[in-house]
Amino acid sequence: MLGLEKKDFQLLLVVAGLTLLAPFILNPFPESSGMAQFNAGYPDLMQRFVIFGIFAIGFNILFGLTGYLSFGHAAFLGIGSYGAIWMMKLISLNVIPAIFMAIIVAGIFALAVGFITLRRSGIYFSILTLAFAQMSYALAYSVLTPITGGETGLQIKSSDSPLFSNLEEGEIGRANLFGMDMRASFELNIGDWLFTFNAGYYIAAIAMLASFYLAIRIFRSPFGMMLRAIKSNQTRMSYTGLNPRPHTLAAFVISGMYAGLAGGLMVAMDTQVGPERMFWTASGEVVLMTILGGVGTLIGPVLGAGAIKYMENILSKINKDVLHEWFAFLPDGLEDLLVTIIYPFIGKGWHLTLGILFMLVVIYLPGGLVEGGQRIARALRGKKANDEDGPKASTEPAE
Amino acid sequence: MSKSNFTRRGLLKTSAVTGAGLALPTIFTAQSAHAFTNEPTGGTVTLGFNVPQTGPYADEGADELRAYQLAVEHLNGGGDGGMMNTFSSKALQGNGILGKKVEFVTGDTQTKSDAARASAKSMIEKDGAIMITGGSSSGVAVAVQALCQEAGVIFMAGLTHSNDTTGKDRKANGFRHFFNSYMSGAALAPVLANAYGKDRKAYHLTADYNWGYTTEEAVKASTEAMGWETVATVKTPLTQTDFSSYIAPVLQSGADTLVLNHYGGNMVNSLTNAVQFGLRDKQVNGKDFQIIVPLYSRLMAKGAGANVKGIFGSANWHWSLTDEGSKAFVKSFGTKYGFPPSQAAHTTYVQTLLYADACERAGSFAPCAVAEALEDFEFDGLGNGKTLYRGADHQCFKDVLVVKGKENPTSEFDLLEIVEVTPVEQVTYAPDHPQMGGAEATLGSCNNGA
Repeated sequence: MLGLEKKDFQLLLVVAGLTLLAPFILNPFPESSGMAQFNAGYPDLMQRFVIFGIFAIGFNILFGLTGYLSFGHAAFLGIGSYGAIWMMKLISLNVIPAIFMAIIVAGIFALAVGFITLRRSGIYFSILTLAFAQMSYALAYSVLTPITGGETGLQIKSSDSPLFSNLEEGEIGRANLFGMDMRASFELNIGDWLFTFNAGYYIAAIAMLASFYLAIRIFRSPFGMMLRAIKSNQTRMSYTGLNPRPHTLAAFVISGMYAGLAGGLMVAMDTQVGPERMFWTASGEVVLMTILGGVGTLIGPVLGAGAIKYMENILSKINKDVLHEWFAFLPDGLEDLLVTIIYPFIGKGWHLTLGILFMLVVIYLPGGLVEGGQRIARALRGKKANDEDGPKASTEPAE
Repeated sequence: MSKSNFTRRGLLKTSAVTGAGLALPTIFTAQSAHAFTNEPTGGTVTLGFNVPQTGPYADEGADELRAYQLAVEHLNGGGDGGMMNTFSSKALQGNGILGKKVEFVTGDTQTKSDAARASAKSMIEKDGAIMITGGSSSGVAVAVQALCQEAGVIFMAGLTHSNDTTGKDRKANGFRHFFNSYMSGAALAPVLANAYGKDRKAYHLTADYNWGYTTEEAVKASTEAMGWETVATVKTPLTQTDFSSYIAPVLQSGADTLVLNHYGGNMVNSLTNAVQFGLRDKQVNGKDFQIIVPLYSRLMAKGAGANVKGIFGSANWHWSLTDEGSKAFVKSFGTKYGFPPSQAAHTTYVQTLLYADACERAGSFAPCAVAEALEDFEFDGLGNGKTLYRGADHQCFKDVLVVKGKENPTSEFDLLEIVEVTPVEQVTYAPDHPQMGGAEATLGSCNNGA
């Protein structure tokens, strides 16, 4: 189907199913229960899941296939965002042109940066990209304040009147898709459960599925094969008469455009841009996402993005009072002890939890969460499927 | 191709159904069951406390959170009631807000606009927060304020000193109690003229971001108005930690006063460098060299240690104030946490009380009703004397403190002394003042959301 092998198509279907049913899957706990704290099915976080999923998928095309570790990918995300918000401020509040603008701007910038940085490889490449990203951040933060709004960033204001819009005087424009507000949601109450279906989320989800599909096609194409060749042995590739530069540059630009798409979507969902979107920690985050999920796998980066965003938004909001509520049934001394033990790992300590998880994954599951999933699947299937499944997975002739 | 049961027709059908399913939700959103965003229906009302718990301003954030918890305790009738007893409005009963028990959720802004907005959004969308408050940087305040405007909840700004928050970026749903750059400049200028004379040559070092710009502009304008001359203004990167290369040219410029438009760690480092260079022992143009720090905080004074001695600056509030409100607040904060509150704690505590009081007086949680109750509201007894919440830009107008680093501090909290309380008339400006975005800046219309 769709030019994919059966296995890949199934994967695409699974991902499509998961994203479309996310409002149900992410809200497993009833509203009034204490576990509702762990529900993640509200629009903002769902949007973040898929948007950072796109960002990580794009990053993985570069890092997973060619092995070039870009440490400045957030710059493309930020530049895409600035492109998108200016499009909305000046031309139209429709998200489609804004998103396309984001992709184009990020693509052009990636071409320029890639042209320079790809002259080096390994650590030098990483440092160069990091330098570019920090330069962009510093410029956006101060020197380019008239264009970027500096520290405060850019928002749509009541004084903005885009070319194609019919806003009333003083009305603040809202991102929309042919009149459909990105923040429009439909709430479904079933018993004690509340499921929110948000317009913006589904638009981002469709963009994510399209990106995912494109990524599969790239992974399975001769171009993808070429990129893998670069990763495994660039010197040998040069000796066989192939020039790796155009391929890495293409991968870099594609990956930059993915980041631009993510940036554009972020603006479409929440019409605000700040320079810290380009800060080096944001670039580091996408590296973490990809490694946590599984470098070079298709679904890994999406899982990694989900895991990190979940911790950032859910774990960080658990405070001491919530803990005391949970353990209120225990005797006082024990309650305090448990709270004291757990407290450093939640709330503002979520970075610590993330760090520990990251270390565990890197040490015990070098293939990321995907490898974890595979191991579990293998263990579940146990001995009975041992023979049929073993050797077949690796070598299937292309059709 | 692999074998599969998917047919072209089947796919079309499925996509049509999916499309219809996707379109369906938007039909229903027009009519909503609630009159405004997150209308509290049960016996509780949820407030969202969005403060930096990690990053450079985590200390301020922690103090803000303490103040919020204290405010919630007082609103729910616990503790000694703090400033509720001295507050001129007596609408608050100590039984929550409008009879509903106050609950709260907390989040981490990380001092980044993106993270702050994500956190605020989750409070609004997931936890049903009816009001968002907090933050300790202007970029975050402006970003979250705009979000609250869109979502239709009230935003009560925490520590934000840039003119823009209630200047060019003011919003109908956003309110600020803290003072701003303009007020700092206006309050400092006369005190400086008295202490250092009217013919000084000032040299500005300014943190290269939004707050730095507005502070430099404000201080420059008000000192020039009384006769000072500005020799040069130099921007310093926010991430700078060693300012010696910026200090050296100051002496060659012929300036006799250095203004450090720096906050937090920046100020601690630049001031320390300036003092180490012996700037304060120098004589220029026959006068003693002086240093000024427009915005002071206790945490900064602590960081700079002995270097702050005798250096002028401005503050929103200080725990050594002796009015009834301040004493009550310092007492209940001190009883609960064992040390005096910072000005960040004070402003956030006051904002929470003001919000609760406005709800009581409006008889509703609807943002537009609350905003109306806050606009042009005059009150007293919250530590700053008589205060006006101006309706035109949602900025509080009150006396501003001019403070000085204490010569002989008695404890690690007793680092600043109040030199003068500048009366409110002197720091008041027109809502369309050029430093505040001029005539273009508007609040827009208030948004009830939903």
